[in-house]
Amino acid sequence: MGNSKTVRFKIKRQASPAAKSYWEEFELPRHSGMNVISSLMEIAGNPVTRDGRTTTPVTYDSNCLEEICGSCAMLINGKARMACSALVDKLDQPIRLEPFSKFPVVRDLAVDRSVLFENLKAVKAWVPIDGSYDLGPGPRLTMQDQEAAYPLSRCISCCCCMEACPQFNEETNFVGAAAISQVRLFNTHPTGSALKRERLSALMGDGGIHECGYAQNCVEVCPKDIPLTRSIAEVGGAVMKQAIGDLFRK
Amino acid sequence: MASNPNIIVIGGGLAGLSAVIKIAEMGGNVDLFSIVPVKRSHSVCAQGGINAAKNLKGEGDSTWQHFDDTVYGGDFLANQPPVKAMCDAAPGIIDLLDRMGVPFNRTPEGLLDFRRFGGTLYNRTAFAGATTGQQLLYALDEQVRRYESEGKVKKYEHWEFLSAVLDSKGVCRGICAMDLRSMEVRIFPADAIIIATGGIGAIFGRSTNSVVCTGSAQSAVYQQGCYYANGEFIQVHPTSIPGEDKLRLMSESARGEGGRVWVPKTPGDRRDPKSIPEKERWYFLEEWYPKYGNLVPRDVATRAIFRVVYEHNLGIDGKPMVYLDLTHIDRKILDRKLEGILEIYEKFVGDDPRDTPMKIFPGMHYTMGGLWVDFNQATNVPGIYAAGECEYQYHGANRLGANSLVSCIFGGFIAGPNAVRYARNLQAAPSNGHFDSERKRQDEINAGLMKAEGNENPFRLWRELGDLMTKDCTVIRYNRNLHQADGKLCELLERFQRINLSDRSLWANTTVAFVRQLYNMLQLSRVIAQGAAARDESRGAHYKPDFPDRDDKNWLKTTKAYFAPDADEPKFEFEPVDTSLIPPRARRYDVAK
Repeated sequence: MGNSKTVRFKIKRQASPAAKSYWEEFELPRHSGMNVISSLMEIAGNPVTRDGRTTTPVTYDSNCLEEICGSCAMLINGKARMACSALVDKLDQPIRLEPFSKFPVVRDLAVDRSVLFENLKAVKAWVPIDGSYDLGPGPRLTMQDQEAAYPLSRCISCCCCMEACPQFNEETNFVGAAAISQVRLFNTHPTGSALKRERLSALMGDGGIHECGYAQNCVEVCPKDIPLTRSIAEVGGAVMKQAIGDLFRK
Repeated sequence: MASNPNIIVIGGGLAGLSAVIKIAEMGGNVDLFSIVPVKRSHSVCAQGGINAAKNLKGEGDSTWQHFDDTVYGGDFLANQPPVKAMCDAAPGIIDLLDRMGVPFNRTPEGLLDFRRFGGTLYNRTAFAGATTGQQLLYALDEQVRRYESEGKVKKYEHWEFLSAVLDSKGVCRGICAMDLRSMEVRIFPADAIIIATGGIGAIFGRSTNSVVCTGSAQSAVYQQGCYYANGEFIQVHPTSIPGEDKLRLMSESARGEGGRVWVPKTPGDRRDPKSIPEKERWYFLEEWYPKYGNLVPRDVATRAIFRVVYEHNLGIDGKPMVYLDLTHIDRKILDRKLEGILEIYEKFVGDDPRDTPMKIFPGMHYTMGGLWVDFNQATNVPGIYAAGECEYQYHGANRLGANSLVSCIFGGFIAGPNAVRYARNLQAAPSNGHFDSERKRQDEINAGLMKAEGNENPFRLWRELGDLMTKDCTVIRYNRNLHQADGKLCELLERFQRINLSDRSLWANTTVAFVRQLYNMLQLSRVIAQGAAARDESRGAHYKPDFPDRDDKNWLKTTKAYFAPDADEPKFEFEPVDTSLIPPRARRYDVAK
């Protein structure tokens, strides 16, 4: 894994959405416990490239640094993953950092992932409660129901599943695994299921669930181990059933 | 004024989103500003749970008991009526979250499960695995997204609040904010604004807080005339994972589920912890505090760990670390109740805490102090409200675990409707010149930074600030050090004038935003250092070995700092604490209260 005293980074830079991208190399002293974000912070404190040229600090998204806010997703050695939990000791050098390739670059490693939040609106990913005033407890749930819902509810909206998906591109407009999995979550909630039909309908048209090509990349890159392919299979079945039902109802 | 007022909410964590929901429900229009997409706010990091005296375990718990635990845990510094109101509202808040679909852990009968947390003897904490904050934030985020799709809420994500716009009479008329991509500085008029910008961890360099928790917004409005209260009360969480870039929280719920804190009795014992026999381990919290054991409040546990490490020299391998041990607990229970935090330890340290005791140490975690607000969550500046960690109201001198989530939501629920009511009665401003002049002032600050030709790197300056504040303004405080620290803060402010932006581009320039935050951090740091120097007693998280006792006669009062623009530094006033409901009594955790 390279010289043990230093760590080398190759970082793809891009000044603005329209600008051309280029690579810069950095070399940092190695110390224990480094991760990709702590390395980028260190570069900001001394923004000098490996060949001694002064440059600007690298722009990237980050917030919690404990892999729960979903901010710092990027391509690290070609793989879509969270930068805060990418420990330097476990990475081949030089460590290549690139922005996600399927989302518009804002600057350097920061990309615009608002499409996911738009998709969550489209599939009505919420429980339609009557209001925030006190109406007593919610529906009873068995331990088993809770244990099925909780893993789905841990999605951090990082978009790794979408970046890794071969079907997620401008041609298909595919909604992506994250939003589909949220449909499963809310359709199985006793109150949330009130909007089940609307959610499934939203997954029928252009870019809907049928675009999934079963490559299974999503489930492999998900940092939260969400059973995404199972969500797609279950929701896919429900969409199909509803579509056939609609056909006969016409 | 219009019956559908425009309210600006700054910050999209639990407090901000709670306020947004109430305002939208009342028919108000909301502009919601956040540095990050609101779903990525710091509330997402809260782990262990949320307190509410639902009394579902047959223990005879009550909201009064919750209230008493909170006031006692806070060493009687909190005004009591709002704390009581919060504890009374908490069970209803849990029900609401439950209805919104939060996947709280369940009992076999399908009811909400509760666990124990620090500073109480009751199982009062509802939880969703060990990622409760994440689940609560998502539930509120989803409801706000619903309002957004109905056109009642407009989000401004990737925008940074710079300042409030005050008219000639000192009434807030809107905000000045910066687009973090185009770097455009813009004015947004509003009838009232709510600051819900969370904690100030960045002031301490490394903390359990997220990157956005700089306290910059609080500091900005403090410099514009808002009081900042009890700034000296800083919570250092006993159990965090030491790290390069941050101190990762290891939730109190680990102890709530039976985790035990210990060190080897022999200094420098290098054996594998699992091979150290029981009788050669020192479970010091259980020994010193037999009644509460590992679940003493955070300030107490943190000082105990400091004593063991620095006075008894019993840190693991001679380093500042102690063991937090879960290995005696059934793996299935651990996975069901604590998976989220075990995963963090595994990913960032590399060991499985189901097999190996975790190595932990206290880390800066929370500010009890914050913007001064009245019982309606209003600051002293008309039109500026505050809710959540950025205000001071609910936790006194020390916050109990799992009380922050409930205080955020409750605070938002109070602030939102009060802001709407205020706005409905608001008279028009005498003129409109304040908008242009405030934008100009902010534009000039940016222009000045862009031109600065100094030699100080802002990120290195920030590291110095963090080291200084962590050393002198956290667990153990001495007046001499605090005065020196304030002197060094003045030096840092002076060096700030010679700052050099390593990035002068006009697109997504994170350095400009950071430098502005840094200035505000420096100003707020002085409030903390000077407030701590002034308070010659020990109370809750504020501990001075030279004044080891609580001094109700002289110090049962709220510290209120205000910024004196002419002197460019904080001035202090004090106001009495409302103890009308529970008379102050001695606080101890070796015996039952």
